[in-house]
Amino acid sequence: MSKQKRKPTKYSKSNLSAVEYQNFAKTKEPPRSLLKNCIMAFLIGGAICCAGQGITELYMYIFKMSKEQASDPTVATLILISVILTSLGIYDRFAQFAGAGSAVPVTGFANSVCSAALEHRSEGLVLGVGGNMFKLAGSVIVFGTVAAFFVGIAYIVFGIGGH
Amino acid sequence: MLTGQQTWKFERQPHIISTATIVGPDEAKGPLKDSFDKCYDSLDINEKTWEKAERQLLSEATSLALTKKNLTKDDLQIYVGGDLLNQIITNNFVARELGIPYLGVFGACSTSMEALAIVAQLVSTGAVKKGMAAASSHNCTVEKQFRYPTEYGAQKPPTAQYTITGAGAAVIALDGDGPAIEAATIGKVIDLGITDPFNMGAAMAPAAVDTIIAHMNDMNRTPKDYDLIVTGDLASVGHPIATDLLLKEQVPIQTTQFDDCGLMIYNVSEQPVQAGGSGAGCSAVVTYGHLVDELNKGHLRRVLVVATGALLSPLSFQQGESIPCIAHAVALKGKGVD
Repeated sequence: MSKQKRKPTKYSKSNLSAVEYQNFAKTKEPPRSLLKNCIMAFLIGGAICCAGQGITELYMYIFKMSKEQASDPTVATLILISVILTSLGIYDRFAQFAGAGSAVPVTGFANSVCSAALEHRSEGLVLGVGGNMFKLAGSVIVFGTVAAFFVGIAYIVFGIGGH
Repeated sequence: MLTGQQTWKFERQPHIISTATIVGPDEAKGPLKDSFDKCYDSLDINEKTWEKAERQLLSEATSLALTKKNLTKDDLQIYVGGDLLNQIITNNFVARELGIPYLGVFGACSTSMEALAIVAQLVSTGAVKKGMAAASSHNCTVEKQFRYPTEYGAQKPPTAQYTITGAGAAVIALDGDGPAIEAATIGKVIDLGITDPFNMGAAMAPAAVDTIIAHMNDMNRTPKDYDLIVTGDLASVGHPIATDLLLKEQVPIQTTQFDDCGLMIYNVSEQPVQAGGSGAGCSAVVTYGHLVDELNKGHLRRVLVVATGALLSPLSFQQGESIPCIAHAVALKGKGVD
């Protein structure tokens, strides 16, 4: 820095209000590519469902199962594949570009349970794995059950909905 | 000595006499790879848990900073460090190994400069002869604590930042070679109501601007007095916002090089790090690796490091609170600069 005396410069501090700043910051956010995300979710979610359909057909063909009978082993197979991919550290990378396509099908549910179980294994089997494996999936189960309850009520009262 | 409202100007200027930086695989793929002392090629750092992995990084960084200058832990009278984990366990456990007086600090990602400022003050006043400042972060420990399990498949928005895996440590003493610490400006907590934890750059930018302006006013300097002003981890969303805010306040930031550790550490456009790097280790490894190297080589004469921290917790975010932020600045100058 030069030694010569310099006139003191005082900069004023920002007097931006919180709302003004939030609006300003909003304009600086890179847009999320909604269209691309929708297309990826459609293609990848669809591909997972097609794979599921393929597995069902395979079970029906090989084991001579009915469509209903083949449904449970199909779900179990998809869960197994998802858990293996999660454990190998592949599913989370795949999810970054697949988005909702990998989150919505049963494979996403399996990933949420498996990843939490893996993550908390170091804290023990009971408090770690047992206590944490449903920490993401738990809310899906809770609100799924609540929704089923109300659909059930609607079915009894109006004789509609349900199956 | 207090200068202005928030700045400690050191009459007896301490020096950073030794530094060490240890990083993980993603940082080793970034443009600063040659400035780190050691790069691990896997995130588990040969340990069984993520927490132990982070501890190992910090432990190695602290011991390497000592052995580089043939020092032992008995030469230090204070260790000041922090990290992002609950109860700053990484540093608590490393301090247990070190067995020297310890102050644990938490300033989120501003911890690196918070620790450096405290040690510089203690050394400058003669409270200690030599001290060590350190900070660390690990991508997986932070993901686990603040976000989701590491293997959970959630898509991150482009404003999100990638916590760096790394630890940086510096030994500070009055005598010795290495960059001098001229002054430190302690930041105020600034909160302009950003609530999105996936947009921490925007949340932290006003804090960085506040501290930079306070520093310039207290020290009676302009940005041009520095060859480089570097923010901690505002990344590609927050850093341009900080530039805009500074220009709006007529601070001629364009007269100097204005960069960000979170942008420098990665090839942001090529690596899958969204907006850039973050984490307590981010400004620590960039400062103690790259910047100290450049100051020692004379490529940079004066540098202002403004480490930024988002002081949120997963609890405060879930309860709908906005993100309080802070920034601490430390002014470094190279050898032989008046």
